[in-house]
Amino acid sequence: MDDLYRDYILDHYKRPRNFGELEPHDLEAHEHNPLCGDELGVHIRVADERIADIRFHGHGCAISQASASIASEELMGMELIRVGALGADWMLELLGIPVSAARRKCALLNLKVVRRAVTGDHAWPT
Amino acid sequence: MPPVAETTLGVKGDFPIFTRRFDGHELIYLDSASTSQKPAVVIEAVAEHLRSHNANIHRGVYPLAQEADAAYDGARERVAAFVGAGEQATIFTKNVTEAINLVAYAWGRANVGPGQAVLITQMEHHANIVPWQVLCRERGAQLRYLEVDERGELSLQALERELARGDVALVAFAHVSNVLGTINPVAAMAARVRAAGAVSLVDGAQAVPHMPVDVEAIGADFYAWTGHKALGPTGVGVLHGRREILEAMEPFLTGGDMIASVDFQSATWNELPAKFEAGTPMIAEAVGLGAAVCYLSEVGMERVRAHERELTAHMLEALAQVPQLRVVGPPEAERRGGLASFTIEGIHAHDIAELTARRGVCIRAGHHCAQPLMRCLGVAATARASVGVYSEPEDIDALVDALSAARQVFELR
Repeated sequence: MDDLYRDYILDHYKRPRNFGELEPHDLEAHEHNPLCGDELGVHIRVADERIADIRFHGHGCAISQASASIASEELMGMELIRVGALGADWMLELLGIPVSAARRKCALLNLKVVRRAVTGDHAWPT
Repeated sequence: MPPVAETTLGVKGDFPIFTRRFDGHELIYLDSASTSQKPAVVIEAVAEHLRSHNANIHRGVYPLAQEADAAYDGARERVAAFVGAGEQATIFTKNVTEAINLVAYAWGRANVGPGQAVLITQMEHHANIVPWQVLCRERGAQLRYLEVDERGELSLQALERELARGDVALVAFAHVSNVLGTINPVAAMAARVRAAGAVSLVDGAQAVPHMPVDVEAIGADFYAWTGHKALGPTGVGVLHGRREILEAMEPFLTGGDMIASVDFQSATWNELPAKFEAGTPMIAEAVGLGAAVCYLSEVGMERVRAHERELTAHMLEALAQVPQLRVVGPPEAERRGGLASFTIEGIHAHDIAELTARRGVCIRAGHHCAQPLMRCLGVAATARASVGVYSEPEDIDALVDALSAARQVFELR
């Protein structure tokens, strides 16, 4: 089996969880990966200072789509204050595959967009 | 008589980088449209200049400085001769981007205003879009686009219709598209632009390294290209301009070397081409480019073109065998430069490039700095394979094998 394109990565890529739009929503953000023009947006519904529901939308490579899908399952129900503190390591560990420097932004695009929706922070996660 | 089309020119051995191995794989370099690899003669010319002839130019009276002068001026002579341009009207820039910005700032700011338009095409690289966007916004002019048809080509009739509107000040277009591969009829386009009293600029980045180019015969007012795609070093590009237009223009960048004299409050400008080369230029890089065009001339540009046309035909045929693969741009190799951009249904271009790289096959993936064109094509990204003088049919075969392997990883059938 391929180190990067593991079964679960391809599964999340081909059948992404929590993809689509969420109307109405409380928080949203949209970002693109300047390297390749891939786009990812997020809609979040908030209840009790937590993510009550989340949907990603956009298009991208297997790494960026699978990352968003996998992250969405973890983010569901998470306290907003915790979301704002999530760093790159959280996402990369969750992915569980060796992501090269060239593909790092593919993996982190979803966290960037979620953090932007929640905290307004435009920076890439570190 | 046109040269016999050779599928290999047998020059790979001239390029030291091909001795490298990646994870045991040979380097299969199919990204020459991004940048070319460099022959030993170019690497050695740069090193030899730095080792034995280095001094600043146009300043020193000592012999070493005269050698540096001769090397830099000699490089310009070679580069101008390579494309049939005049030396005085051949300006060294950092790259094509800087060459186009030079025209947009130094010519555009003085000649484009409200009520006028700049016309470009939907197939341009960002380098030939953004400088015009900024110019038009600043000067209150309109930016319009010539459409690319479903074959990936431009229409001369559409160009004529646009010119007939009477407001077009400048038309800028690629000689060869870096995404579609389309070879545009640049001489016919430049003639129509000139007849309409407008100024033309051709982005020749993807043409000069791959086919015979005669700047005089094309007849555009400006023609820009870059060294690093033409076997030369990075950091040196070229702008050829019509001499009377360059003479009438104010400078772009100002400072040392571009002046005739400087007073406390004012300065006068140097002659062409120095007027447009402020500051110490890229001397060693220009020398390297001089060596590169000599190398290309020795191989012969007619041969280079015939070889790349043959390889491109082979590539189009081989790619057509890959299921779910779609190539964008003209279907005939005859009408294309040496590249093919493609998508595979079910695999994103980045994943295609990642997986081909496992086998040493280097291709580009993404929007290729042509996002407006990608929108016209209705795709977010494509993979692109592009050839150079050193490319061989085996490189294409390795690509196709790697694509089959990528399809297997993604479980496509």
